[in-house]
Amino acid sequence: MALLELKNLTKTFGGLKAVNNVTFHVNEGEIMGLIGPNGSGKTTIFNCINQYYTLTSGDIFFKGTSIKRLKTHTICHMGVGRTFQVVKPLSRMTVLDNVTASAFCRVNSIKEARNAALQILEFCSLADQKDKLAKSLPIGGRKRLEIARALATKPELILLDETAAGLTPSELDVAIELIKKMRDSGITILIVEHIMKVIMTISDRIHAINFGQTIAEGTPHEVANNPAVIEAYLGEAYAQC
Amino acid sequence: MGKKHLALVFLAILAVTFPVFVESNYYRHLVIIALMWVVVGSAWNLLAGYTGQVSFGHAMFFGIGAYTAGILVTKLEMSAWWGMLFGGIIAMLIGLFVGWVCFRLRGPYFALATLAGGEIFRLIATNWEDLTDGMVGILIIQTYTSKILYYYIALALSTLCILVIYLVMKSKWGYYFVSIREDQDAAASLGINTTLYKNVSLMISSFFTGTAGAFYMNYMAFIDPHVVFSLHYISIMAILVGIVGGVATAMGPAVGAFIMVGLQETFRSAFFGVAPAWTSEAHALVFGLLVIFVILFLPNGIVGDWSKIKRNVFRIKATN
Repeated sequence: MALLELKNLTKTFGGLKAVNNVTFHVNEGEIMGLIGPNGSGKTTIFNCINQYYTLTSGDIFFKGTSIKRLKTHTICHMGVGRTFQVVKPLSRMTVLDNVTASAFCRVNSIKEARNAALQILEFCSLADQKDKLAKSLPIGGRKRLEIARALATKPELILLDETAAGLTPSELDVAIELIKKMRDSGITILIVEHIMKVIMTISDRIHAINFGQTIAEGTPHEVANNPAVIEAYLGEAYAQC
Repeated sequence: MGKKHLALVFLAILAVTFPVFVESNYYRHLVIIALMWVVVGSAWNLLAGYTGQVSFGHAMFFGIGAYTAGILVTKLEMSAWWGMLFGGIIAMLIGLFVGWVCFRLRGPYFALATLAGGEIFRLIATNWEDLTDGMVGILIIQTYTSKILYYYIALALSTLCILVIYLVMKSKWGYYFVSIREDQDAAASLGINTTLYKNVSLMISSFFTGTAGAFYMNYMAFIDPHVVFSLHYISIMAILVGIVGGVATAMGPAVGAFIMVGLQETFRSAFFGVAPAWTSEAHALVFGLLVIFVILFLPNGIVGDWSKIKRNVFRIKATN
């Protein structure tokens, strides 16, 4: 049984089919990539998994249970964590407080939450900045903080939404290492990403979409050489090479 | 003991001995009203400043608390003091209903909905004459008239309110409120039941506001819908107290309350009789200018931007 399963997922906004009949699954322990040009529906898919949007049709199963009628916070408690493309930390609070706030998902006392937060900060290499205000962090630190906040909810599956966007090459390497570390600690990852270096190096499998529809699925190598994918990203002329 | 602790102790001594030093009933009255606004302002601040749900209708809860106390007298022939207990509870229960309606909306739409709520309750109180005696209002006979008693009750209530809010903000609830304020959707994704916690914040806020309203009934002995459900005198005043003092700070509303009451009285009395009579109408203008000034230069209020104030005041002094 797959950890996450999307079956015929469709989401329409008025007349626009943002996601059209998408089906794929994510196995426990793997890193699954979700790629596609801008506007292809990737974040919409995340928003549907998260139940931030309600599905127009289709279903989503997490650990075999349908989650399509559940509230967002319930889904988090079930074990699905998520980061956002536009990071929005609690800017006037410290890094530690930011993660402590999320840690309350699993523990109840401040002391326990703080300890859990400290461990997560260690894991994400943010421990030395724990007392800094979140707004003073550079973008790389903020993206890691975003991941740390999601990790504090102890997810089994984490949805990463363009966590590498805007990072310098050295920051990218740090981000890739962190993602691998997360996978090694037992978390399943579904990652949306534009930066090929990230997604090709770490994904076990990739699902490619365009205009809300599936165009390819397979290993990174298979997907990279798929004509439909090349056409979607680079145009028809390149697909025929 | 640190400087801050010493200052608090000094403040506490001052507060407790105030009626001994100041015997003028006029000034005692002003301070009692200011303390009442400390409660309403702090309660508003919990919901708006800390949780990010900016209410323009806190008069709802104030008026409900006041009328609960009044109606206990006129209809149930109980002492209005019972209102101090039930006023807050009834306001809290009605707050739950208000939350159920209004929390579907966000930002400016939530503000408009609460504004409408305040006006709706004012109209209900004005028209449901069987219950409230409408525009005639409710007049009660006070069992105690000494201002000293009311002063200590107001002092206790405001201290309790600030303390409760301070402790709540340090707890899990506090973290959740701020998370909701910063980004409600991210908060939900992190496992926070945003509907539940918005309502918790609203319940605490409406409870204290309602209790303050009940206090007002007991203290002033007369209420009518025009005053206690007033958009201008109550809802907007609560917002001003919060903004000027400092949203999302523990002591901000307390500072704001004294400043706003002081300003209001300065204008109402035409600068204590020194200025021409027309200045007593100018307080609305000055309030507006003050809000503009605060939003432009001190967005975190006097308490929140205190370091900025210190810097600029000292800089002006240095150039002299």
